[in-house]
Amino acid sequence: MSEKLERLSQLLAEKLGDRVKQTVVAHSEVTIVVAAADYAAVALQLRDDPAFRFEIAVDLTGIDYSAYSGREDGPRFAVSVHLLSVSNNQRLRLRAFVENDDFPVLDSLCEVWPGINWFEREAFDMFGIMFSGHPDLRRILTDYGFVGYPFRKDFPISGYVEMRYDQEQGRVVYQPVTIEPRENTPRIVRDENYGNVGHG
Amino acid sequence: MAEIRNYTINFGPQHPSAHGVLRLVLELDGEVVERADPHIGLLHRGTEKLAETRTWVQSVPYMDRLDYVSMMCNEHAYCMSIERLLGLEVPLRAQYIRVMFDEVTRILNHLLAVGTHALDIGAMTMVLYTFREREDLMDAYEAVSGARMHAAYYRPGGVYRDLPDRMPQYEVSKWKTAKTVAELNENRQGSLLDFLEDFTRRFPKYVDEYETLLTDNRIWKQRTVGIGVVSPEQAQALGFSGVMLRGSGVEWDLRKKQPYEVYGQLDFDIPVGTAGDCYDRYLCRIEEMRQSNRIIKQCIDWLRRNPGPVISDNHKVAPPSREKMKSNMEELIHHFKLFTEGMHVPPGEVYAAVEHPKGEFGVYAVSDGANKPYRLKLRSPGFAHLSAMDEMSRGHMIADVVAIIGTMDIVFGDVDR
Repeated sequence: MSEKLERLSQLLAEKLGDRVKQTVVAHSEVTIVVAAADYAAVALQLRDDPAFRFEIAVDLTGIDYSAYSGREDGPRFAVSVHLLSVSNNQRLRLRAFVENDDFPVLDSLCEVWPGINWFEREAFDMFGIMFSGHPDLRRILTDYGFVGYPFRKDFPISGYVEMRYDQEQGRVVYQPVTIEPRENTPRIVRDENYGNVGHG
Repeated sequence: MAEIRNYTINFGPQHPSAHGVLRLVLELDGEVVERADPHIGLLHRGTEKLAETRTWVQSVPYMDRLDYVSMMCNEHAYCMSIERLLGLEVPLRAQYIRVMFDEVTRILNHLLAVGTHALDIGAMTMVLYTFREREDLMDAYEAVSGARMHAAYYRPGGVYRDLPDRMPQYEVSKWKTAKTVAELNENRQGSLLDFLEDFTRRFPKYVDEYETLLTDNRIWKQRTVGIGVVSPEQAQALGFSGVMLRGSGVEWDLRKKQPYEVYGQLDFDIPVGTAGDCYDRYLCRIEEMRQSNRIIKQCIDWLRRNPGPVISDNHKVAPPSREKMKSNMEELIHHFKLFTEGMHVPPGEVYAAVEHPKGEFGVYAVSDGANKPYRLKLRSPGFAHLSAMDEMSRGHMIADVVAIIGTMDIVFGDVDR
């Protein structure tokens, strides 16, 4: 672990105290996990505290952990925010798990970083994660009138409806998908030491 | 007294200067924009979801189709994310090749950006000039990968193959006489490096030509100076990156501040604007092209002197050579496993960012140890920039909206993903 990352994770432990539930340092990146209740307050401190000064929220994304191999329980949805400090030249990943799986709600960070607005709209559109306090939580990438949350793991890759031009009605109509889903390469998770026969 | 009404108009999605499929709902008070509401997603292809159903290597060509004017930079971020998860070392020659093509791509992108920006706000000639040079660079793409745009040249662990020793030639046809063909082929007699070196010699003069056309042009300055001004604080709060951030005077370039590959060993400068308007961003792009040219020169120099492998020899990740595969049982097994099942990436998550011509392009990859990504988030610079459309265009005239879209350098493959 490089010195800089060590210093950052120490500072995080000092300044944020037990609001940090977990700190992971891997691949030269620091990740902190906070409770959904502390999420917005921690974000504000990360922006304003002179020790951190994360001025830019680079990215925000939802993750659906329901099919993650080796993970049996725990909340289904999480939100990962990537922060960047231009003045300290540092990055940080802030993650909060969303408590309710059926109606996931998290505080919005639009007040902290205005640029995160569309990223939250995207997370809402794709995963159905609500952001309370968001000024304009509309769908953003999917079609007008789209139903469902496409990036959830239980949403099929080919979707539910397809669109075609109907000659008789003279307009575009929706109909149930006609293509069969197929998988060319199965998804496989190998055990550790797979294929190691102990010689050669 | 005359009746005064506010108008709401639709700009796009088929408007020629909407740079693709942007639908912009503008609320106007006379000719002044009160609110701009971009509707995006008309080019949404669900790349992130598709990548979850493909093996790691199979998603490389999808990256080309994100920002389809800077193809190789997208691939670069994706390959870097896999390499970081694997902890894989990339051979030095491959790193130089990648840097060289990143810079070729940057020139390609800026040529399009500046050319079409000028076209959008009334200068026809510019785009004809810039597309002339794009042709040469796309030939370089073609020579190395076989495709003029969607190269799929970078691979996890290196690049697909070494630089070719000869350039493809034009042939005599119904449309091209022997004389034209000879002229066209004149700088294609040597290797790809010779061709690119010849280009780097010619290119500074071309940039001078562009500057003669625009930099002191009265109309160009009237359309861009003081338009879309963003203060440095605003630019950071809005999540800007790349030229959009530097144009406002923030010195931030990943190539300098968080160097990846061999950027740390190369000599180049980062132009920074002062006013934060469209004109400053244009000047930054022009200067970046000159700097990219410098970097390409240094890479050519190094690549000439240092032959070597261009892809990792870890056959769990990169395929063995055909020759070895056909003579060696073990290599045959590696080859078979790699092309049926694909590589396995250890569990973990990583965010790899590159200084893409448009800003910071990041790939956030989450793996659970399978042969496919668990979640792949593509952080595209255009998405963050376009979200500031409302902020940037409020109070401007409707004609300036076009100038602002142009200066953001929006490409919809990148915004919608």
